[in-house]
Amino acid sequence: MVERVNLNHAAGNPVDKRVLEGMLPYFQEFYGNPSSVHIAGQHAAKALANARMQIVNLVGADVKDRIVFTSGATEANNLALIGFAYRNRQKGNHIITSQVEHLSILNPLKFLVKQGFEVTHVPVDEYGIIKLEALKEAITDKTILFSIQHANNEVGSIQPIREVAGIAADAKVPLHVDAVASAGQIPIDVSDLGVSLMTLSSNDLYGPKGVGALVVRRGTSIQPILLGGGQEMGLRSGTENVSGIVGMGLAAEITGRELEANIRHFTRLRDRLIKAVTSKMEYTYLNGHPTHRLPNNANIRFSFVEGEAITLHLSFQGFLVATSSACTSRTLEASHVLLSMGVDEAEAHGALQLTLGRDNTESHIDHFTEVLPPIIQRLREMSPLYPPS
Amino acid sequence: MYSEKVKEHFQNPRNMGELPDADAIGKTGNPVCGDLIWIYIKVKDDVIVDIGFKTFGCAAAIATSSMLTELAKGKTLKEALKITRAEIAESLEGLPPIKMHCSNLAADGLHKAIEEYLRKTGRSIEDL
Repeated sequence: MVERVNLNHAAGNPVDKRVLEGMLPYFQEFYGNPSSVHIAGQHAAKALANARMQIVNLVGADVKDRIVFTSGATEANNLALIGFAYRNRQKGNHIITSQVEHLSILNPLKFLVKQGFEVTHVPVDEYGIIKLEALKEAITDKTILFSIQHANNEVGSIQPIREVAGIAADAKVPLHVDAVASAGQIPIDVSDLGVSLMTLSSNDLYGPKGVGALVVRRGTSIQPILLGGGQEMGLRSGTENVSGIVGMGLAAEITGRELEANIRHFTRLRDRLIKAVTSKMEYTYLNGHPTHRLPNNANIRFSFVEGEAITLHLSFQGFLVATSSACTSRTLEASHVLLSMGVDEAEAHGALQLTLGRDNTESHIDHFTEVLPPIIQRLREMSPLYPPS
Repeated sequence: MYSEKVKEHFQNPRNMGELPDADAIGKTGNPVCGDLIWIYIKVKDDVIVDIGFKTFGCAAAIATSSMLTELAKGKTLKEALKITRAEIAESLEGLPPIKMHCSNLAADGLHKAIEEYLRKTGRSIEDL
């Protein structure tokens, strides 16, 4: 059997062994409901409190900030946007975001537009970096919230979030930051930045899937979108997923401790990968910013070929990768991120999103960069667009 | 998601490449949609004696192009015009529903090639 090499960690990470071990007692031994007054319940409640502290420490929050655990980052983004917008409606109805946000930001905002809110999508430059002047110009006296990603999950560009936070502070507008792609990849300090709301995902930290968190800073008011027993400080009803939350907390702690070492490891592999792929083949380009990018992300496009075909050929040889090609999306639409960056629609089909993980080694990269060029060449020879006239 | 037959044709496409002495070329699709298919035919006595293709697109686009060339080779122009998208998909043991329309364009490419050939020889489909 061909050895499997995962270069698609943005889609899913294995749960860290230490995390899994920490979670296991919470399935059978400590199965109490944190709302119960008895000893089993209080044990679970303590585990939740501990997990909150682990999240506080990862992102530099304050003990007085609320950490609301959710069913994942999608729910956390929905809670941040819809919960904030509804709670603060009397202050205004305008929200500013960027063109390159995740769909769990863009689609709740579409919903809010139907409810009478107005949304401005600030454009980005050719690297996918938000245009700060346009952000400033978008502010009106009705603006109640900014929602800007810390880094782009698809092309890896890191946003100038300090500058964004400065603009938000000058305008006295709270800032929500989707940090799903960046948490565990680069340092985050919400206190230093002055962020009001931040979304995190457990699986991106090598914790279990189905868990996420919304950091709600002190002084920020939101209302719940799930109503019931009033768990999670009234902001997210439903009996807590204790084992999952324990896993996310532990994953956050381990990630924070090992961040520096992981940044060095990922950066070295990423640069080796980008250099080898872009130098071995012509008509091959890096998408996203060359230096302001996540240590684990390389998004590369190959002119004249289509990404699903590349992905399938690579899969036959054991490499798991993702493509931005419209041919693999549910809607058959090209990537909104690449189009916003000004990449032509035909070119957007040939983009591979490569995301490294803790299990990747130099030999994986070297093997990949040997296998890829003949696949691209073969598909190009088959393509009526190649050679370009 | 793809049948074994689709994967097999995708990995080992038949009749891939342009025919330098083609009598006609049929071009279909649009690179913006992610599929572009060119079908080359060589015709003798109204029989397709040789056929080739070049395709930019996903695995389904490549496999359907390959299958079309297998089905059309050796057929008369009249018979070849009867090849449908459905027949190509069936010969490949099915296609994912989402791929039936966007990538299954090879039959259209062949139609265009035959129409061009007939135009060049001063005829139309009704003359066959």
